[in-house]
Amino acid sequence: MDQLTSFFNGNYHLITIVILSVFLGIEVISRVPAVLHTPLMSGANAIHGVVIIGAIIVMGEAKDGDFFSLILGFLAVVLGTLNVVGGFVVTDRMLEMFGKKKKK
Amino acid sequence: MEQIILQYTEFLTTNSFLLFAYLIGSVTFILGLKMLSHPETARKGNLIAAGGMIISIFGTIFLYKHHGNGLGNYAWIFAALVIGTIVGTMAAKKVQMTAMPEMVSLFNGMGGACAMLISMIEYHNDATPSTGKLLIIVLGMIIGTVSFAGSIIAWGKLNGSIKDKTIPGGQMINFLLFGGIIGLAIMVVGGFVGADMAHMLFYGITALAAMYGILFVMPIGGADMPVVISLLNSFTGVAAAFGGFLYDNPVMLTGGILVGSAGTILTILMCKAMNRSLKNVLIGSFGAAKTGGAAGAKDQGNYKEISLNDTAVLLAYAQKVMIVPGYGLAVAQAQHTCHELEKILNEKGVEVVYGIHPVAGRMPGHMNVLLAEADVPYEKLLEMEDANDQMGTTNVVMILGANDVVNPAAKEDPNSPIYGMPILEVEKADHVIVNKRSMKPGYAGIENELFFRPKTSMLFGDAKKVLQALIAELKTV
Repeated sequence: MDQLTSFFNGNYHLITIVILSVFLGIEVISRVPAVLHTPLMSGANAIHGVVIIGAIIVMGEAKDGDFFSLILGFLAVVLGTLNVVGGFVVTDRMLEMFGKKKKK
Repeated sequence: MEQIILQYTEFLTTNSFLLFAYLIGSVTFILGLKMLSHPETARKGNLIAAGGMIISIFGTIFLYKHHGNGLGNYAWIFAALVIGTIVGTMAAKKVQMTAMPEMVSLFNGMGGACAMLISMIEYHNDATPSTGKLLIIVLGMIIGTVSFAGSIIAWGKLNGSIKDKTIPGGQMINFLLFGGIIGLAIMVVGGFVGADMAHMLFYGITALAAMYGILFVMPIGGADMPVVISLLNSFTGVAAAFGGFLYDNPVMLTGGILVGSAGTILTILMCKAMNRSLKNVLIGSFGAAKTGGAAGAKDQGNYKEISLNDTAVLLAYAQKVMIVPGYGLAVAQAQHTCHELEKILNEKGVEVVYGIHPVAGRMPGHMNVLLAEADVPYEKLLEMEDANDQMGTTNVVMILGANDVVNPAAKEDPNSPIYGMPILEVEKADHVIVNKRSMKPGYAGIENELFFRPKTSMLFGDAKKVLQALIAELKTV
């Protein structure tokens, strides 16, 4: 119980962010027309690529000679970058098509 | 408690620029998602979110400090960033519009794997973390691994390299796996086993989670795949959020949770479009229910074929034509030809609209993206309700490679696995022309009685070739 309360006290600001973000996510998405579902899914996919920040921190803190961390961390940064860059580029490609027909 | 506050204030003072960068990142993610929900602002929204991501990433690289120490290993980090950027851009630029859903699934799997690796390294580095930290590490690892393994299977199934498989007793195995994962996780996190044992169990959990991800997606087939991808997408979001807890990192937390909740809502919206519950999708897969429905081809009688010439005449003298596109159109890459047909019919004074079922294709909105690529005007794409309203005044419905979304069994046959799914009620129109490559059932593996109805005529062939021939015919009519 003690551990639980101290966890809550130590992380209450993060817990607040979590709860508010849950509601925000629901609010923002509920208004999306079906037309944009695919690009939206793809855009959201790119945004969760933010996990790459964790990979960068892990990689940057790895000690010399700790090859377990260095190699897995390297892999994690590569995969995270793929998620971010690939996600945003694919989404942009989809939306580019929506833009094209608008000008006419 | 005091120490926690101390740590927190230290974090605040040494990282105020970084925190500001993260704040920008969080705001751009929210703005980006919001702008993505309107056709006019969507592209800008995506770019804004990408900009926020870049600020957050470079902020982390150059400003992050833990106990006063900045990050090292810059060579490794930048090498990895460059490799990821080049490969990611190339893959995303090269992929065809038809293969978009697979690509999203694959990128999602990469994110899941990233979360999994982070947890593994953190566990490796800190032999005796606090219970709270250990819980976060283990949960992040489990969810990341499930998402990674599941996404790879979804990717393989969509591009056809993995076939649908129903494992006998699969549900039971999944249930046991799930129980095993929870049990082992409690043993590790609760500190019920020695350090060496815990280490082994940790990797045991990883293996079980990977198996669970594989077996969880394996039996789910057909039309349900978009739902699964969307669900796995939100899983990865949650895994990223656990990373946010691990590093006290607000932008990982906002980004992850936003995607987690948004992805869940999107999943539910998709289930609603098919009039099925999420539980139904995950447990009662189409593959298992294949025996039911109109499969007993008892009194279906014969279908009739229609020639290209007759089709052309029928279309040319119609007042209003509705095109119902499906995955067949995407496979044949016939979207441009389809738009040409539309223009020719317009020149002949025929009104052409498109009836878009929300789950036509392999992803919600798949058809919209495809037709937008061919410059079909936005206003001509009718959503299901509008399309059904206009069906009565439509002379000819032309179905291009769609099947399950027009199957009358969804309304008429309570035994059909898709019973209750809203469909495009094409039979309200005067004529129905179905273009398919063969009489084979659709992706969901269900027979379609529509093809045997009196109003229906079949026009066999690859959608693109048929449309090109039709255009040629129409020029002579």
